[in-house]
Amino acid sequence: MATKSLHKRQSDLASSQRQIEILSNGIFQNGDLPTFKSKISESNQFPLKAKSLEILQINVGYMCNQVCDHCHVDAGPDRKEIMTKETMKQCLKVIQNSGAHTLDLTGGAPEMNPNFRWFVEEAAKVGIKDFIVRSNLTIIKANKHYYDLPEFFKKHNVHVVSSMPHWTRGKTDKQRGDGVFDRSIKALQELNAVGYGMPNSDLRLDLVYNPSGAFLPSDQMSMEKDFKKALMDDFGIQFHNLFAITNLPISRFLDYLIASENYEDYMYQLVEAFNPAAVSNVMCTNTLSVSWDGYLYDCDFNQMLELPVNSKIKHISEFNEQLLEGRNIVISQHCYGCTAGAGSSCQGTVA
Amino acid sequence: MQKTYYNPLDLKKFSKITEWSEDLGNKFFEYYGKVFEDGALTAREKSLIALAVAHTEQCPYCIDAYSQDGLQRGITKEEMMEAIHVGAAIKSGATLVHGVQMMNKVNKLDG
Repeated sequence: MATKSLHKRQSDLASSQRQIEILSNGIFQNGDLPTFKSKISESNQFPLKAKSLEILQINVGYMCNQVCDHCHVDAGPDRKEIMTKETMKQCLKVIQNSGAHTLDLTGGAPEMNPNFRWFVEEAAKVGIKDFIVRSNLTIIKANKHYYDLPEFFKKHNVHVVSSMPHWTRGKTDKQRGDGVFDRSIKALQELNAVGYGMPNSDLRLDLVYNPSGAFLPSDQMSMEKDFKKALMDDFGIQFHNLFAITNLPISRFLDYLIASENYEDYMYQLVEAFNPAAVSNVMCTNTLSVSWDGYLYDCDFNQMLELPVNSKIKHISEFNEQLLEGRNIVISQHCYGCTAGAGSSCQGTVA
Repeated sequence: MQKTYYNPLDLKKFSKITEWSEDLGNKFFEYYGKVFEDGALTAREKSLIALAVAHTEQCPYCIDAYSQDGLQRGITKEEMMEAIHVGAAIKSGATLVHGVQMMNKVNKLDG
C-alpha cells in the first residue's frame, strides 16, 4: 500500500479539478448513466436545499499518522494543512452562537493539530449536546504524547467515533496499513477500560465501517451484530453503534477504483442502488463542513473536491446561519455515494 | 454474431425476464427476495450457501453476485473458500458414492 499521499506523489488525482473532470465525463457524459442532477430531478428533489444547521463538522487539518488506501481526504504524515488557533477561535464563536446540536471534529488525525487539546477544552465549555472527535485509534498508541487521550476524552465528555474496517487483522491492515489492527484493538481496550463503549455508559464509542474494496456496505444492523460478536469473542471489546459508510469515488478511493479497473462498475453499482428516500436526509442538508483554513462547504467530500458552499457567506469569519439556510447544495456524481441503498453519512445510514 | 455464451453485462438485465412473462417473473423475484431474508438461517449464512451452490451449478452470474454479496456482508475470503469446499466435497462425494453402484454391478456380473 502507498506510504505517501497523492499530493506528495504528485499524482494528477491530487487535483480536485481532475477528479471532477473524471466524475463528469465518460459514462456520465455519453449518457450511459444519468448525472446526479438528472437522477434527483426525476423525483423532484432538485435542487437540494440546506435545512437548519444541526451539525458543524470541523476539519482541523489533513495531517495523519496513517495513509489509508481509501482516504477521501488524501491525509497522511506529509500533509501540512493545519487549522490555526485564530481560525479555531472563529469556530468557537460560531459554536457558541449557532443552533447546531452536534460538533464533529475530524481530520486527518485531529489529535495531531498542536492546538487540538486547547480547542477541545474550549469547545467542551460551550456545552454542545453531542461533541464528536473522529479518532483513528492508532494515534492513541502512536507515542507517549497521546497515551492519555482516553482520559482526556473522558474528562471532556467527548463522543469518540473511530474507523474499523473489519474485525479481522488481514482486511483491516490491507486498507489501513500493517499493524493498524493490533494497535486499534489495544486502543479500543484502553477506551473500554476508562468506560467508553460500555453498556449504559454515557461515554459514547461508535465505530465506522467502510468497505475495503469496490463494493457497497451491507445492512448496518447486521454488520453491527457481526462486529459486536467478533470483537467481544476475540478481544472482549464493547462499543455502542456501528456506522456503515459508503466509500465515495473521490481522492484515493477514486485512484484505487481507476487503478483496479473498477471505476465504471462501481459507478453502476452506486447508480443502481440509488434510493430517493435517502436523498431527503443526506447529511449536506443539515451539516456544514469547515476546512482547516476556515472555508465553508456542504460536506467533507465537497471540501476535498474544493466545491465551496453556494452562498455569499464563504468563510467561518463571516458565518451567518440565516443566510446559509436554504442555500442550494453543490452536487456532482460523487453524491451518488450518499444516496445508495440505505444512504450514507458521517452518522451512518440515513434511510 | 455473439462470440461467447456468457456476457457479464447480462446479469444487470436479469430483471428483464419479467417482460416476457410478467406474472411468473414477478412471483419468482418475490420468492427469491424472501428466501434470502433473515429467517431460521441468517442472511449471512444464506449468502454462503448461495456461493457454494453457485459453484456447484457453475453459474458465472451467481458466482459474481455472491462473491460481491459476501464481501458486502463482511464475509472473509477464508469463509468463502471453505463454503466452496463444502460444495466441492458434496460434488466429489456424489461422484464417488456411485462407486458403490459400480461395485454392486461388477460383483453381480463377475463376483
